[in-house]
Amino acid sequence: MAIAIDIEIEKPSVGLSRVAVSDTHGEDSPYFEGWKVYDENPYDEVRNPLGVIQMGLAENQVSFDLIEEYLEQHPEASATWGNGTSSFKENALFQDYHGLKTFRKAMASFMEQIRGERAKFDPDRIVLTAGATAANELLTFILANPGDALLVPTPYYPGFDRDLRWRTGVKIIPVHCNSSNDFQVTPQALEEAYNQALAMNIKVRGLLITNPSNPLGTLIQRSVLEEILEFVTRKNIHLVSDEIYSGSVFSSSEFTSIAEILESQKYRNAERVHIVYSLSKDLGLPGFRVGMIYSYNDQVVTTARRMSSFSLVSSQTQNFLASMLSDTKFTKNYIKINRQRLRKRYEMIIEGLRKAGIECLKGNGGLFCWMNLSPFLEKPTREGELGLWNSILHEVKLNISPGSSCYCSEPGWFRVCFANMSEQTLEVALKRIHDFMEKRKTDQRNHLSY
Amino acid sequence: MGSTSSEQQKNLLSKIATNHGHGEDSPYFDGWKAYDENPYHPTKNPDGVIQMGLAENQLCFDFIEDWIKRNPQASICTTEGIQEFKDTAIFQDYHGLPAFREAVAKFMGKVRGERVRFDPDRIVMGGGSTGANEMITFCLADPGDAFLIPSPYYPAFDRDLRWRTGVQLLPIICESSNDFKITKAALEMAYEKAQQANINVKGLMIINPSNPLGTILDKETLQTIVSFINQKNIHLICDEIYAATVFSQPKFISIAEIIEGDGSCNPNLIHIVYSLSKDMGFPGFRVGIIYSYNDEVVNCARKMSSFGLVSTQTQHLIASMLSDDEFIGKFIIENSNRLATRYKNIRRELDKVSIGCLKSNAGLFCWMDLRKLLKEPTLQEEMVLWGKIIKEVKLNFSPGSSFHCYEPGWFRVCFANMDDETMEIALKRLQKFVKRSKEKRCGSKEEILQKQSSAKHLIS
Repeated sequence: MAIAIDIEIEKPSVGLSRVAVSDTHGEDSPYFEGWKVYDENPYDEVRNPLGVIQMGLAENQVSFDLIEEYLEQHPEASATWGNGTSSFKENALFQDYHGLKTFRKAMASFMEQIRGERAKFDPDRIVLTAGATAANELLTFILANPGDALLVPTPYYPGFDRDLRWRTGVKIIPVHCNSSNDFQVTPQALEEAYNQALAMNIKVRGLLITNPSNPLGTLIQRSVLEEILEFVTRKNIHLVSDEIYSGSVFSSSEFTSIAEILESQKYRNAERVHIVYSLSKDLGLPGFRVGMIYSYNDQVVTTARRMSSFSLVSSQTQNFLASMLSDTKFTKNYIKINRQRLRKRYEMIIEGLRKAGIECLKGNGGLFCWMNLSPFLEKPTREGELGLWNSILHEVKLNISPGSSCYCSEPGWFRVCFANMSEQTLEVALKRIHDFMEKRKTDQRNHLSY
Repeated sequence: MGSTSSEQQKNLLSKIATNHGHGEDSPYFDGWKAYDENPYHPTKNPDGVIQMGLAENQLCFDFIEDWIKRNPQASICTTEGIQEFKDTAIFQDYHGLPAFREAVAKFMGKVRGERVRFDPDRIVMGGGSTGANEMITFCLADPGDAFLIPSPYYPAFDRDLRWRTGVQLLPIICESSNDFKITKAALEMAYEKAQQANINVKGLMIINPSNPLGTILDKETLQTIVSFINQKNIHLICDEIYAATVFSQPKFISIAEIIEGDGSCNPNLIHIVYSLSKDMGFPGFRVGIIYSYNDEVVNCARKMSSFGLVSTQTQHLIASMLSDDEFIGKFIIENSNRLATRYKNIRRELDKVSIGCLKSNAGLFCWMDLRKLLKEPTLQEEMVLWGKIIKEVKLNFSPGSSFHCYEPGWFRVCFANMDDETMEIALKRLQKFVKRSKEKRCGSKEEILQKQSSAKHLIS
């Protein structure tokens, strides 16, 4: 039975939700603009040597051979699936949101090794999520109501705008950090941000720190972590420590995890602390969507576990990684070699930039460096920064991330990734920067001579 | 600083975290607990509880495992597949692997007998259909808005569609008097009720084939529904996750088939949710899909899928498996046949003790009519009966009330999550129980007659 319906040429837009039509997904920022330019003209050593080199992607490609070597020595037996530890059927049916126990144990052990055994992790406090993206959003849903806020030190990972705010309705209040003290978080900056929220009648529910920092590539000092812990305790708010780059620290002894501080304090006030981790950066497996929340708060663990139903880790992936990460010979070797290679890359890029007359913030971890181009801005403003960024993107053909997209309060800083390419490609990129800076000097000299 | 009291601690978490939206306090879960504490095992625990509350498809694993053995390259962790490991592991584009999308689109078409084609570019990933259903809700409705949903319905929708989204669910009452069909009158009544309560209805959610009924919607009902949503200008979300479990006539009609032929339907209102958890039996792999005919929704959902992407390791496996036309063709038929056999078997055994089920031709369960075993047609009696079935008969059935069924006495009984032997034992237990219950009733009738005759004797 057909019912005649008037179909107008211009249909009123069928309502989608407010969340759907907002732009809080954040994809209109320059961070993503650069990606598009890269996608249209991607560098390839042989096929497109003049293309755009992607230096805006914090990926770890320096240690894949170690994983491939492990796989060659321990291939998945096609006859039994997963080295015979469980059948395909059991694996395919396993949807328990607690996650595979063997996998959680392996993750706990891996995290302990990364921290030089200076902290212990209980596998039963691990809640698995589809990537750190899901973990950060999930925690926000649990810790804050719509309209509440999380404090986040700047500069910060642009994806937080989406992950913490989009579907949750929670706000971000920036904690401003600047170059005068190497962008470290200070108690004054924390208080200022908190008071700003108060003045706007916004309830602050927590502080989210990323340690090692993205985009800075620096580590938070122990004393600062203690100040942070004191601050959140005093204000009775949560502390989320996103430690997804913890395995990418160049020297293990320098990194202090919030877990170590809590252990040394015998877990006093620990129930307000939650750690986010993932294998996307340290193991270079972003496609596998392996994230987790580690919480010292029982209620958060229980609730997060229930909520993880919306974003569980594939049991196939859990099964594979449980095997690989339980092999402590492999993990210890991987962690060591990965560190060494990242440090080598870091030193290579720092040296190359220095030769080109460019300084960077001293970093001790991560897959990128924080480059200072402020002396070279036409104007010390956001526009000046974006102008320079555009030149670098379109003339030098390098996709780097402008500090403004990370909410850096000082113009002229850029995040430059160095681990998502071969050494040869990095050399090409450094040469291009070098030539660009040389040309600028020449242009300026010629300009001055008039 | 002293330690915070638990009350203080509670205030430290959000409303969403501390409400009961997770739904785990429902009696639905009590049956699971009873099973977990005393699970049946053929040799180790033959008197344990048999799980019949889990809608899993375990009937075709031998078939699938055989394919796995013959196709080691489908896994990137084998010698044959390792050259794809790196590219797969670093691929995190939320569009998904093109081969994956193409294979899923092709599979969806095959399951519908090639009567419709699906566009791989409209396929968006979700964290299982759990994630996909929540995601589509986030895209279409604001907190406080409502979806209409025919009851009885899958209990976890209360969590999936409402918990974090703040959206309401308003039931469309379906009754056994017409085999729980969705009628125009019921749709209109539910909509009207919402209007009167000043609730903004944003969409209608249907599950076809139905969980828990196991029935499919006929063409007329689908057309009624399409007319209804067009007229009210609300969205239609069709959860078709049991599409390949249709095991006998009439054949399945997807919403995709209805709208392809219908120019009067606004395609921007139509969205399909799918998954491989039921049709293939892969709930652990978290392969959820949103397929929308609305470009804006595809775009938005794709961005949102960042929160629940499918592991590329799994995308790679699924792409390989679903593009094996020969295997899939055989699988769809074999799956259907094995489900049909199970269903016939159950109906036959239940007939022996005069227990009926709603006539169905799909799903991994049957909708069993135990109304005559109730002392009274009330919810309390349904709970009493259910308690007996779990504790005495040691079968975990799911009571109709947990599916928001308004008529007491119906139970969903899963039949595809066990082997033939276990099924036999379960049916025998049920038959014994039904016979015992009849004897008890007949016994008490005799007692009453005896009392009456002695009373007469006394009086006269």
